Amino acid sequence: MNEITPASIGLSREDLPNSYIGRSVPRPNAAKLVQGRATYTDDVVLPRMLHAAFLRSPHAHARILSIETAGALATPGVVRVFTGRDIAAVCDPWVAVLDHLKGMKSAPQYPLPLERATWQGEPVVAVVAESRAAAEDGVAALRVEWEPLPAQTDMETALAPGAVVIHPELGDNLVFTRTAAAGDVEAAFAKAHKVVEATFVTARHTGVTLEPRSIIADYNRADGTLTVHHSTQAPHMMQGVFAKHLRLREADVRVICKDVGGSFGIKVHVYPDEVAVAAIARIMGRPIKFVADRFESFQSDIHARDHRIKARIAVDANGRILGFDVDDLTGIGPYSVYPRTSAIEGNQVVNLCGGPYDFQHYRCTTRVVLQNKTPTCQYRAVGHPIATAVTEGLVDMAAEALGMDPIAFRRLNLIRDDAYPRSSPSGMRFEGLSHHASLDKLLEMVPVERIRADQSAQRARGVYRGLGFASFIELTNPSPFMYGIGGARISAQDGATVRMDPDGSVVVASGVTEQGQGTEAILAQIVAHGVGVPVERVKVVTGDTQNTPYGGGTWACRGAGIGGEAALQSALALRAQILEVAGAMLQARPETLDVAMGEVVDRASGTPRLSLAELGRIVYFRGDTLPKDLARELVQTRHFITKEYPFAFTNGIQACWAEVDVETGMVKVLEHWCVEDCGRVINPLLVDEQVRGGIVQGLGGALYEHCVYDAEGNLLTTTMADYLVPMSAEMPDIHVGHVETPTRESLLGAKGAGEAGTAGAPAALMNAINDALRPFGARVTEQPFTPARILRALGRI
Amino acid sequence: MIPITLTVNGERVSRHVEPRRHLIDFLRLDLGLTGSHAGCEHGVCGACTVRVDGEIVRGCLVPAASLDGAEVTTIEGLSDSGEVADLQAHFVARNAAQCGYCTPGMIMTAADILRHHPDATRAQIREHLSGNYCRCTGYHAIVDAVEATLAERAARRQEERR
Repeated sequence: MNEITPASIGLSREDLPNSYIGRSVPRPNAAKLVQGRATYTDDVVLPRMLHAAFLRSPHAHARILSIETAGALATPGVVRVFTGRDIAAVCDPWVAVLDHLKGMKSAPQYPLPLERATWQGEPVVAVVAESRAAAEDGVAALRVEWEPLPAQTDMETALAPGAVVIHPELGDNLVFTRTAAAGDVEAAFAKAHKVVEATFVTARHTGVTLEPRSIIADYNRADGTLTVHHSTQAPHMMQGVFAKHLRLREADVRVICKDVGGSFGIKVHVYPDEVAVAAIARIMGRPIKFVADRFESFQSDIHARDHRIKARIAVDANGRILGFDVDDLTGIGPYSVYPRTSAIEGNQVVNLCGGPYDFQHYRCTTRVVLQNKTPTCQYRAVGHPIATAVTEGLVDMAAEALGMDPIAFRRLNLIRDDAYPRSSPSGMRFEGLSHHASLDKLLEMVPVERIRADQSAQRARGVYRGLGFASFIELTNPSPFMYGIGGARISAQDGATVRMDPDGSVVVASGVTEQGQGTEAILAQIVAHGVGVPVERVKVVTGDTQNTPYGGGTWACRGAGIGGEAALQSALALRAQILEVAGAMLQARPETLDVAMGEVVDRASGTPRLSLAELGRIVYFRGDTLPKDLARELVQTRHFITKEYPFAFTNGIQACWAEVDVETGMVKVLEHWCVEDCGRVINPLLVDEQVRGGIVQGLGGALYEHCVYDAEGNLLTTTMADYLVPMSAEMPDIHVGHVETPTRESLLGAKGAGEAGTAGAPAALMNAINDALRPFGARVTEQPFTPARILRALGRI
Repeated sequence: MIPITLTVNGERVSRHVEPRRHLIDFLRLDLGLTGSHAGCEHGVCGACTVRVDGEIVRGCLVPAASLDGAEVTTIEGLSDSGEVADLQAHFVARNAAQCGYCTPGMIMTAADILRHHPDATRAQIREHLSGNYCRCTGYHAIVDAVEATLAERAARRQEERR
């Protein structure tokens, strides 16, 4: 067969009607969403299904002295009550560490604790009833006697002498620490023209998926299988987790994931209440449903980004960055979260600080410590918004100290576009990035001169506006270097099976999953393109461990780059197989034929020779008319894994134009821009919306979102009226542009696009606010940038 | 248990409901109309927006027992009526829905703009949609879809006047 190149399959041309890659094709699964006809996990109802509700710890840290269940069992509708010991009888605990994170430690975690509750909101007792309402009545009738214990809630004191050691068997509260170092930081900072430093704080956030965590587990005693309907990003990973901890064979567990109402990283972790539900189904032999309510979500969905970072930058007299020196401290929960661990976010900060820039000297340390608060773990853009805020905050401060324009300073220091491949001082390997092309593109979009003129004119009227920039890099298409080498059964490869049915239609089954980002749409586009059929002739199957090839699912921006490439390779293989069969039928050499818009055509002239429906009819019903030795399996499977680079980095730059009311401290974002380079853009419509949604999530975190605790570890923000998320009136129009630097690791050339918006938006907004506050000599570096913090920075309160 | 008889999407239904049963649980659990979603159950997120007697309400804040004699329209009924087929087409064309969990409520609220505020500006659209939380899209495409539908309907009205 001829060598396949991007050009040979039409990736650089749009002259074929089924050249779908690069086109804004609407999502085939969108119609059901706008008509309310999707199927989320809570929409699934099974015969004899019961409902679980949990009693959750009211204390941040307390010993469980006794659990009195009689009242609950006497409640109408209640069927059974489960304590930690009941669940532990069928379910083994887990310890969330990764071997490659040297020295990492955590304690065994049970679905429901046996002796102590270690955060407010930890599930402690499960009540199973005929309805959710009855289960909640049962929870209200439980009597638990607690002995409250001192709680460790301040990350700054977690390692101090006399701190409450949350798990005494670990010795201390230090989960993980790592330092990356390159060059000679001490010498570079000693001889620097200028050194500027600041302390940055990023707030504890949570994902607030509008569909709460949802699960139905059903154990069939006849065939010994556990079937789990689950709102998840990673069905195969969960299959392995349920099997391992419930002592089942992996093959006897099936995870089905239909429509998912948002994930953002929240739904890729193992939650104790969900494992408890699976254990209860295992014990009771009937389906059990659990859907978290919003109060439970705030207390039990993973939190993230609780960091305090002291950092400094050194520059020479010409405005060149010499180095970064960063000290990161992050407080997680009482346990590292299984199986990804809660050390990755801090590790990412170490990997990513200074990422877009050309400099020699680097030192970054993270320390990850335990706290009696909701466990933290990976949430959209893991570590990126933190590293970008630190880097870009320091870059703006350095430019100001040098009297340089922030754009000119970035232009001077961003890694040149022709300098690849190269490695960063923290050891990240970059295949190809486009910081300067992205900056050029951004400056075509942002009317900087007009904005600066407006800024001056408004200042004269007492209105304070600012323009902020943030360059960023983003880690996508992860290899086994992210989790697999640490011993976690988290697959970095992914597979796709593409088949042609008798009517000439095509079905693709993929291990990557749909959370609303458009995975199924791009898989349909890629397969339609690869096979040569109209996109509406492609059906997509995802989210079923029994019916899709084994894969990692959706995380770290891998769906398009990994799952998409597997789909493309299998589609091309199916086309080759179709042409073999067509060649035999038409007495033509396969290489003289092609498939276009569902027809086998003459490659040179494009003349239709045979429809795929006719080819299907012969293969499936009149196989007797084909040559005896002809391979006629119209189904192909390919798996893909990256091999050259541990990660495919993307890059981009954002700009934010904001107004600060210096009387009230309120911030209004006026307009926002982003140029990002995710390699080959498969569907511009979907990429733009991923970037916009990511930006709003980033702006929300920077302005409003904060899981607030009191000193005793009580969570104070447990409703959507307390934990504020952006609504449409507060958000600006967002302009998105693209530069395309395809990765050469794959034919498709796609990298990830889902996290770029969130990575850069908080830093761009912070720099815009500080640009607005510049006439007052005021500065904010602690997120969220609330009115109180801004007024304090202004010295007004 | 309280007996109620009401009209849902044009069909008469009679049920006995617990006093604590809210409208969304009634629709989802008693009638199997799963298009309306419970996002927060405390009246903030808007995922449960449905129409009662012509006005949009938060279904999670309305006891079903209070709806004897009421006329309720959900996303299923609104879709089948064709009233917002143009709006839904703009949502699909612009990818104004990602995970889709907020979308039925968003469509109900947008339909309210189409009915009551045919001249809404972009800022007014943003304001009116501000009781409906979307975590995925960033709102831009949703505002575009509503704006485009309003413009199309205004053009059609002008055409009809000629």
